[in-house]
Amino acid sequence: MLRLPVEVYTAVVGHCLGGLPDEACGLLGGDPAGTEVAICYPTRNAAASARTYTVDPQDHLRADRDAESRGLEIVGVFHSHTHTDPYPSATDVAQAPDPTWHYVIVSLRDESPTLRSYRIVDGKIDEEQVGREDR
Amino acid sequence: MVGKTVRITSDQVNISLEGSVPVEVRLPTVLRQHASGRSSVSASGSTVGEVLQDLVQTFPSMAGQVVTPDGTLHKFVNVYRNDDDVRYLERLDTKVSDTDVITILPAVAGGTGPARR
Repeated sequence: MLRLPVEVYTAVVGHCLGGLPDEACGLLGGDPAGTEVAICYPTRNAAASARTYTVDPQDHLRADRDAESRGLEIVGVFHSHTHTDPYPSATDVAQAPDPTWHYVIVSLRDESPTLRSYRIVDGKIDEEQVGREDR
Repeated sequence: MVGKTVRITSDQVNISLEGSVPVEVRLPTVLRQHASGRSSVSASGSTVGEVLQDLVQTFPSMAGQVVTPDGTLHKFVNVYRNDDDVRYLERLDTKVSDTDVITILPAVAGGTGPARR
């Protein structure tokens, strides 16, 4: 279960739309013991590609420090799929860096963006429920 | 050499330890399991490479996760000296001082197509 406050959901989807035609990406901050994302960190896509993303390392460091200053941690990553389903690709699975993270994918293939979240542990993909909530 | 006393002068000791300083190394969550859950540890060296080597000596199960067997920085991590990605400095040869903080973060990448990295 991943709980996304409406403002976080809006920031995630907005950043993905703003990144078109390239894939967009960012990080999610929260309490690792909980299920709610407290803050969205939009980052640059250092790959600048419509098919791949790389979270800009400097943006990652900034996000990590900001999260720590708030008593939070980076608990997940989001990125867009511009022309495919919101499902982890082989590339996403192969490069999933942390089994404790949430992996959020926003598909922009259809008129309305579709957001899904997954856990990826040892190459195994498990979709998790996403709750969009008012704070 | 058996039975002989080898005298090492203080000058020689100073040469071998020159520049080696303890620095704070901040670990990503995925590496903390190898360090009893700690988010920050101390390791010594005069360069980032030496610090990471010392880190692995202290926590052998980290071997191969930060530096590859051929001695280069692993492509799945980013290492910073304070605010700077060491790939844009002198990589593992980047000098450190005792006020520096070394941060290790996972390199986060993926996407629908083959990654470039």
